[in-house]
Amino acid sequence: MAAEGKTIDALSQFELSPVLGIFGDAVSFSQSNLFMVIAVALTVGLMTATANRAALIPGRLQALGEAAYEFIAGMVRDQVGDEGKKYFPFVFSIFMFVLFGNLLGMLPYAFTFTSHIVVTLTLAIVVFLVVTGIALARHGMHFFSYFFPEGAPVWLAPIIIPVEIISYFSRVVSLSVRLFANMVAGHVMLKVFATFVVLLGGLGAVGPFVAAMPLAVNIALVGFEFLVAFLQAYVFAILTSIYLHDAVHLH
Amino acid sequence: MRRVMMLAALAATLPTIAMAAGSSAVPVEGMPQLAFGHPTQGRLLIGQVVWQLLIFIALVYLMAKVALPRVGAVIEERHNRIAADLEAAQAAKAEADAAMAAHRASTEAARAEARSAVAGAVQAAQADADAKSAAVNARLNAQIAEAEARIDAARSSAMGALRGVATDAAEALVTRLVGRADRAAIEAAVGRELAARGRA
Repeated sequence: MAAEGKTIDALSQFELSPVLGIFGDAVSFSQSNLFMVIAVALTVGLMTATANRAALIPGRLQALGEAAYEFIAGMVRDQVGDEGKKYFPFVFSIFMFVLFGNLLGMLPYAFTFTSHIVVTLTLAIVVFLVVTGIALARHGMHFFSYFFPEGAPVWLAPIIIPVEIISYFSRVVSLSVRLFANMVAGHVMLKVFATFVVLLGGLGAVGPFVAAMPLAVNIALVGFEFLVAFLQAYVFAILTSIYLHDAVHLH
Repeated sequence: MRRVMMLAALAATLPTIAMAAGSSAVPVEGMPQLAFGHPTQGRLLIGQVVWQLLIFIALVYLMAKVALPRVGAVIEERHNRIAADLEAAQAAKAEADAAMAAHRASTEAARAEARSAVAGAVQAAQADADAKSAAVNARLNAQIAEAEARIDAARSSAMGALRGVATDAAEALVTRLVGRADRAAIEAAVGRELAARGRA
C-alpha cells in the first residue's frame, strides 16, 4: 500500500484511474468523476427526499435538507440581498458540490476530487465567469467603473486600475488554491501519519506502543479534516456570495 | 427516487474500488494533480475537468429547476402556516378579551342596578316608616292634648268645688265659733286666701 518498500508514498492517493472498464477509459471518466456523480446524487437525493417528505414538522433527514437550504439561502440573502435570490441555486450547488467532495474524501477508499487543482480551478473559473457575466449583464459598460473606485484622485488611476484588475483576477487563484491546498495538505498528513503507524508498528515488541502516537495524531487529524471539509465549503460559498454582491451592487 | 439514486451510486462505486487498485504502468513523477505530461494522467486530468463541467451543470440544473423550488415551497408553506396560526390565535385572544370586557361591563351594570334598587327600597321603607311614625305621633299627641284638656277641666272644676267646700267649711267653723257667719265676708276671705296661694 502506501508503505511499499518502506517509503512514504503520500501522493499516489491523488492519481487518477479510469472507472467503468473500457468505457470509462475511452471517455477518460476517472474515479474522481465518479465521486462527483455520487456527490451530485447525494445532494439531489437529500433535497428531493426533503421535498418529498414535506412534513410540517420535519424529521431528521428533512431537517438536514432544510437546514442546508436555509443556511445557504440566509447567506445569499445577507450577502447579496433580495436580488441574490435567483443566484441562490448556483451558490447552493457550489456549496454542496464542495462539501460532499470534501466529506466523501473522508471515507476509506474514497477519492477526494477537491484535492485536484484542475477541479478547484474549474469551479473558481465557473464562479468568476458567472459573476462577471452577471455584472456585465446588470451594469453593461458601467461595470468597468468597478476598477476605479468613485472619489479616488484621478492621478492615482494608473496605480489603482491595474491593482484592482489584478485583485479581481486573483479571485480565481485564491478561491482555487485555498481549497486545493487545504484538501491536499490534510490528506497528505493523514497518509504520512498512517504510514508512520505501519512503519513504527513493525519495530518489534515496542512497535505497537510507539505506533500509538501517530495513530493518536491521525485520530485528531480526522476530526480536524471534518472541520476543514465544512469550513472550506463554507468559505467557497461565502466568497461566491460576496463576489455576487459586488457584481450586483458594484462595491 | 432517492433510493434508486443511492442504489445507482452504490452500484457504480463497486467497480471503482476494484479498478482503483490497478495503478498506471508509467510511474507518476511529483504531484499527480500536475502530471499533465504523463501519458494516462494527463489525459484523465483533462477528462476530469470536462466531466466535472457536465456533472456540475447537471447539479445546478437539478437544483434550480427541480429540487430547490420544491424545498423552498415546503419551507414557505410552513412559514405561512405558522403565520396564519399566530394570526388566528391573535384573533381568538382579541375575541376573548372583548368577551371578557363585555362580561365585566355587564356585571358592573347589574351590580349598579342592584345597588340602586336596594337604595330605592331602603328609601321607600324609610319614607313609609317615617309616615307611619308621624301618624302615630300625631294621634298620640292628639290623645295627650285631649287628656291634658280633660285633666285641666277636671282640675278647674275641682278647683271650683274647692272654693265652695272651703267657703262652706269656713262658714261652718265660724258659725261654730261665733254662732253666726257672714257669708259674703267669708267668701271674700276665702277668695283672698286662694288668690294668695295662687289657686284662684
